[in-house]
Amino acid sequence: MEMDIQILVKLAAYIGGGMAIGFGAIGAALGEGYAASQADMAISENPEKSSDIVRNMLIGQAVAESAAIFALVVAILLLFIAPQDPTIVTAAALLAAGVSMGLGALGSGLGSGFPAGETCTAMVKVQDPKVLSRMTTVMLISQAVCQTPAILAMVIALMLMFVGFGGPDPVKAVALLSAGLCMGFGAIGSGAGSGLPGGAACQGIGRQPEAQGLLTTNMLIGAAVCQTPAIFAMVIALILMFVNLGDVPFNPYWAAFMGAGLSTGLAAIGSGYGGGMAAGASCEGIARNPKTVGVVTTTMLVGQAVAQSPVIFGLLISFILLFKGYGEAFALAPGMALLAAGICMGFGAIGPGIGSGIAATSAVSWVARNEENAGLLMRMMLVAQAVTQSTAIYSMVIALVLLFVI
Amino acid sequence: MAIEGVDLIHAASYIGAGIAMGLGAIGPGVGEGMVGAKACEAIGRNPSEAALLTRTMLVGQAVSESTGIYSLVVALLLLFVV
Repeated sequence: MEMDIQILVKLAAYIGGGMAIGFGAIGAALGEGYAASQADMAISENPEKSSDIVRNMLIGQAVAESAAIFALVVAILLLFIAPQDPTIVTAAALLAAGVSMGLGALGSGLGSGFPAGETCTAMVKVQDPKVLSRMTTVMLISQAVCQTPAILAMVIALMLMFVGFGGPDPVKAVALLSAGLCMGFGAIGSGAGSGLPGGAACQGIGRQPEAQGLLTTNMLIGAAVCQTPAIFAMVIALILMFVNLGDVPFNPYWAAFMGAGLSTGLAAIGSGYGGGMAAGASCEGIARNPKTVGVVTTTMLVGQAVAQSPVIFGLLISFILLFKGYGEAFALAPGMALLAAGICMGFGAIGPGIGSGIAATSAVSWVARNEENAGLLMRMMLVAQAVTQSTAIYSMVIALVLLFVI
Repeated sequence: MAIEGVDLIHAASYIGAGIAMGLGAIGPGVGEGMVGAKACEAIGRNPSEAALLTRTMLVGQAVSESTGIYSLVVALLLLFVV
């Protein structure tokens, strides 16, 4: 089937636009729905506070909407874009822009619903109007942090749309598509995860208004560490977009580039969300017992650091895939081995990342209740997390076998 | 690029190994995390039983590891035997 390149580019732009707003709408809608459901529950508990709660819900929902608005903007741009030199690379770049923005908005929309919902719940028992307005402020700060992954995804999407990537090279086309997938998947976990500390911090301020400073600081530290996986994904996406390996053969480089993007992108989902779970438990623990802030924050950071290891494995496999160097292949199998290595590491890192986060959640919250046993709990958390990592290590072993032995 | 029978079989076994290990690693990862979380909670409630709880946690995790090891075995079989 002979197809006009102009039509192919238009096709890619329209599909990309559809994916951008299609996926992008999911997260924000769920997050806002959560906020509204919590607000309803809160009003039924204390109808006298309904005006405060409804106001807070609407502010929170407006911010949660922003990820979907980024996706809408990118979708509309993709519908009306008219590239200067339509090639297969332009087509891939436009499709990748849509994928990056669509998937990238999912997590942030969902994540920024948590602070909005928890703030509404916590407002029921708060009388002091100063505390109420402080809660709204902290909710806004934490929602703003939640938007970071969506903004990174938007930056990558806009670069893909408006930067010229040179002539019609099919390897470059695959690399750009992979960059879009990497950034899109990579933003999901960080976006959703960084909402958890925000929600716990807002709820904690409602319970312990005097711990507001401690809670805000802890929330910001925890949410910042959550962003690491999304930043790793952006680094790999930028390498895929801008590193020029020279004139490389299509087979097996297509598979190496696609595998590199999927490895870090998928691996970032688990680590991002797992890190967020640990941070959320830490904010809750500090609200329960503000005196334990030092030891709780330390346990949280250790737990988060271990939860990051799956994404670091993913990053390692991506770098090997990108820079190992391959001769031209004339069969399908060598390429498939590289793609399989990326898929294996990417999916294999999701579970251990989330699992390490779950283990850290409970350890952190019990350190806050039972400070004198902090050392014992930290040791137990590390043992549990180490065992949790084992399947990620198996995945890495299989990926390395696929890369070096086969 | 000509795709022949043997090449196709190799390609399929590589991608199959990747998917087997990748997807197979998700469940044990989450499950072992849950075991670890409950063990930490139990130690928080009753620190004097730490040794018993650690042992129970490790046994439980080892059992939930089994499906991950099945995936590993299947992946290795696909890579080296099939």
